[in-house]
This record gives sequence, structure tokens and C-alpha cells, in this order.
Amino acid sequence: MDFSTLVFFLLAGLLVLSSLLVVFLRNVVHCALALVSALLIIAILFVTLHAPMLGVLQVMIYAGAIMVLFLFVIMFLNPAVLERTGTLWWSTATVLALLFGGLLVPLFFNNEVAGDPVASTELFGSPEMLAKSLFNDFVLPFEIASVLLLVAIVGAVVLAKRERAVR
Amino acid sequence: MIPLHYYLILSAVVFAIGVIGVLVRRNLIVVLMSIELMLNAVNLTFIAFSRYLGSAVGQVAVFFVLAVAAAEAVIGLAIIISVFRQRQSLDPQDMQLLKW
Repeated sequence: MDFSTLVFFLLAGLLVLSSLLVVFLRNVVHCALALVSALLIIAILFVTLHAPMLGVLQVMIYAGAIMVLFLFVIMFLNPAVLERTGTLWWSTATVLALLFGGLLVPLFFNNEVAGDPVASTELFGSPEMLAKSLFNDFVLPFEIASVLLLVAIVGAVVLAKRERAVR
Repeated sequence: MIPLHYYLILSAVVFAIGVIGVLVRRNLIVVLMSIELMLNAVNLTFIAFSRYLGSAVGQVAVFFVLAVAAAEAVIGLAIIISVFRQRQSLDPQDMQLLKW
């Protein structure tokens, strides 16, 4: 077993562990911290897959911006009451999700995709390559994404605005 | 070198854990976090395919997923705040106004 395989298994184990913690911890703040660690591990996996630009973006956008937003909302709402747990419901949903995971298993064993990666060039995964692809082939989706973000900003402001007492 | 299957299995496992979270948790914030987890599992698949097929399209797709996930988190949290103001609760079971 060479070094990269060892690193992969280590990261995979940590990722599965922290995702389980996100779902099964009862305190919301602890869930958020476990999610941060899962997102950081996914960013490291991106870097090992020759996508350093997206790894950096992942850390900045997810672990930075989105998680800060989550923590602000948690502190703002202060959900001190721990939620009720129903064992029947939990076990039923867990079995359902495991069945769903089992549904995906046969997909892994069709060997149409090459087992070995294409030899990557120096440019692969660089900001330059991403920008070329983005601004040559995907200009329209890029513009639509910018409009989507604008709509999200306006919508969030309108939704979270404190209502006047009109009733 | 690690086979592609390993990455696919890992992301399927993480996705299934996210599905459990959405089905099981009775806290809207954690449900939203589980959705983020599922989006990230899909991102991992995109990146792995992009690496193993030598194509940049997967990375561009992840870029767009990041943008949409940011918008989704913002709107979802705004809806949660507004719902909490109305009902003083984060339990999805309490939101039954449209339930028949």
C-alpha cells in the first residue's frame, strides 16, 4: 500500500466519521463544527485530485462564508431546547437510507470508466484552465449564476426583514 | 493509484448519511446542514470524474454547484429565521399549515 492510498483511507475515514457526527450529534453548534471538519476534508480530497483551485474555493466559500452564516443563525435563534428523539422513526429512516445506499452499489462495478487517471498536465486544475473553460464554453451559465446570486441576496433581505406590526 | 470506485463509494456513503440527516433530524438548521453535506458528496464525484477523464467540465460544474449552494444556504436560513419568528420553533413537524 503506497503513501497516497494510505492518505486516501485516512481522509475517507475522517470524512465518514465527521459526517456521522453532523447527523447524530444533538447540539446544533457541535453539528456545525463537525460540518466544518467534513468540508475541510473534502477540500483536501479536492487538492489530492489535482483541483487545487476548487479546494481553495471550497475552504473560502463553504468553510468560510456559509459556515459563518450558519453559526450566526444558530446564535441568533439560540435553539436551546434539544429536539425530541423517536427511536422508531430514527431506525426506520436509517434502514431506508442504507437501502438507498445499497441501490447505488451496482453502479460502482461497471468498468466502463478507465481505472487509471489520464496523465495530467501542469495546467490541469489551475485557475487558468478553469477560467478558460468558464469563459469560453460556459459564459451563459456564468451570467445566470450571477443573476441567481443577486436574486438570493434580495430574497434573503426581504425574507429576514423584521415585519411591521400591521395586523 | 487509487481506483475511481473508491471515490464513488466514499461519496455515496457521505450522500446516504446526508439523506439520513434530512429524514431523521427535527431541527431545520441541521436539515439544511445535511443538504450541504449531500451537495459536497456530489461535488466529490464531479471532481473525481474530472480527474479520471481528464476533463475540465467537472470542475466547472463544481464551481456552479458552489454558487447555487451559497444561494440555497442564504435563502434557506432566511426562511428559517422568518419561520422561527412566526412559530417560535425549529421543528419541521410544527409546520403543517398546508398539510391536509
